[in-house]
Amino acid sequence: MSEFRTATTRRGKLELQKRAPKLIESGKKTLVLHGTKSSAVLNSVLTQIYHLKKQSAVKYSRKNDNINPFEAGGETSLEFFSQKTDCSLFLYGSHSKKRPNNLVIGRTYDHHVYDLIEVGIENFRGMESFVYDKKLAPKEGSKPFMAFIGEGFESIIGLKHLKEVLLDLFRGEVVENLNLAGVDHAYVCTALSSTKVFFTHCALRLKKSGTVVPRMELVEVGPSMDMVIRRHRPPNESVRKEAMRTSKDKPKKKEKNVKKDPLQGKIGNVYIPDQKIGEMALPNKSKGVKRERREARQNHGNDEHASKKKKGDS
Amino acid sequence: MEIEGEKMFEVDLGNLMAYDSHYTIPSQQSREELVKECLQKGTELVQAIADSLFTLPSTEDVDGPLVKLPPPTTKLPREKHMPRPRPPTKWEEFAKKKGIIKRKKDKVVFDEQSETWKRRHGYDHANDEEAIPIIEAKPTDDPDEDPFAKRRQDKKGRVDKQEKNRLQNLKNAAKFGDLPSHVQLAATSLPITGTQAVQKKVTKDELGNVAGIASTATASGGKFDKKLPGEKPPKHKGKFRKFPPVAPPAANGKVTGPSEREQTEKILNKILSKNNHDILNVNKAVTVHNVKKEKNRRSDKSKSSATDKKLKPQKKPFKKGGSAKKGNPKAQ
Repeated sequence: MSEFRTATTRRGKLELQKRAPKLIESGKKTLVLHGTKSSAVLNSVLTQIYHLKKQSAVKYSRKNDNINPFEAGGETSLEFFSQKTDCSLFLYGSHSKKRPNNLVIGRTYDHHVYDLIEVGIENFRGMESFVYDKKLAPKEGSKPFMAFIGEGFESIIGLKHLKEVLLDLFRGEVVENLNLAGVDHAYVCTALSSTKVFFTHCALRLKKSGTVVPRMELVEVGPSMDMVIRRHRPPNESVRKEAMRTSKDKPKKKEKNVKKDPLQGKIGNVYIPDQKIGEMALPNKSKGVKRERREARQNHGNDEHASKKKKGDS
Repeated sequence: MEIEGEKMFEVDLGNLMAYDSHYTIPSQQSREELVKECLQKGTELVQAIADSLFTLPSTEDVDGPLVKLPPPTTKLPREKHMPRPRPPTKWEEFAKKKGIIKRKKDKVVFDEQSETWKRRHGYDHANDEEAIPIIEAKPTDDPDEDPFAKRRQDKKGRVDKQEKNRLQNLKNAAKFGDLPSHVQLAATSLPITGTQAVQKKVTKDELGNVAGIASTATASGGKFDKKLPGEKPPKHKGKFRKFPPVAPPAANGKVTGPSEREQTEKILNKILSKNNHDILNVNKAVTVHNVKKEKNRRSDKSKSSATDKKLKPQKKPFKKGGSAKKGNPKAQ
């Protein structure tokens, strides 16, 4: 038996290529799962966040009894799932007497747990409890606006951490070009106290203002909730340093059909597809161009009358 | 991060994020007021993002105006490590040392046999050794050898060698943690934090021992089993206790081991010798003594409260004596 396993199909190879480390990463996938016990509130929190991120999320619906993200050895199967689904963000819901409606938001680096933050959910209002014009409903996968309000997000460690995690979780795909017509929703996070954050999801209504910039109006579409920070584990300093590394230069796309010549400078090859001149229709079909007439003229000289007769016979 | 006018918002346009670090929501108000306050403040922030977003130079597209976003300023951790450079293969190293430059080869080559152009590799390729029907004999040839078989053998050898080299190069790449994405280590692709290291490979000897033990599972204890080529006899026959002969050695002088008498004498001498305190572990003896004493005390206590015991059903009416007294004098 060989020590190495190679993808046997083209498709498998492609799939693995997608998962390979890249110089510039475009977005993280999210894994949504829960522990042995879960409450109704938590269930809807998980499903609704999953719906918000549906394009880049995986939801597990079974109970998981051996996941304890904060305890040593409790992250084993979490890391396994993260590897299996290629997710680097996870939401783990659990409900106990000590920590009711507990939501652990965590990130992984290289499929190992990077950091964790635990929040309790309070005052939850689901999407279904908001009444608004359905035309405003945000489209799936559009890039959201993020708004953070409050001094605490800068000064308090827990809140600062939560801000970073929430930004990572909800910011969506990292894009270079943005369609301004597709801007349609925003997340608003407000620090209420040193441990409490009010989180809500709003649709944007763009109104005319007379200038290029439209006037923005927020319409709450839900879900909205209060997050109470419980435990949090910041990343290991050395891992953080490693994870924050970015490439300075972008990967160059191979330039095709262009050569550099020291004398002539830049030389490009231009390939023109077959012109199909033979099949092309002539712009004007005048009488003289017609083939029979030309042939007749050649055969009979000036005797046009005869050629006409011949044509009539055939 | 940009700073927006007098209002002092931090705007990260790459992430479409705005942050107001000066405002704090006044506490002690009703929920509706609070939500209203938050939305109002949020609208301001969103407007601040929109202000800088909609003024960016845009190109018109079928679906709407397209805007080029600046790179995000808020640093977020990567998902996976940076792609590592692939270590050079052994050939690449050698080629570099020798200054060999890789040249492109034509896809099609002239085939001498059929005098046509054929592809270099693959099905029906040019100058295929195996497709030659006749090999001319030379006077130096070995008459016993089949030249066709030899060619086939040689080719197989070359293919095998290449495969070996490939695996060696992959092994080297795995050491640097940079396998090509479509190749994975077969055992485990990733050691997970909580688990132990990858299980050790079973050695040849261990496997042989297990096979030996398994072979004794037949009625004859593996005596009449067919042995596989290279199979070893079971290492441990399963005899653990030794019973030395009671009688003195036989007249023919065939002695298998020390007799029982000798053995017991040896032990007795050890105990009765001058510095017997070396053998005796005093600490252990004291502990054993103490434990025994404690046990006796407890049993006395329970005897004194025998009247209570009568009310309870006896669990084990015929319980044997204490297990501490067990021993086999003959074994030693």
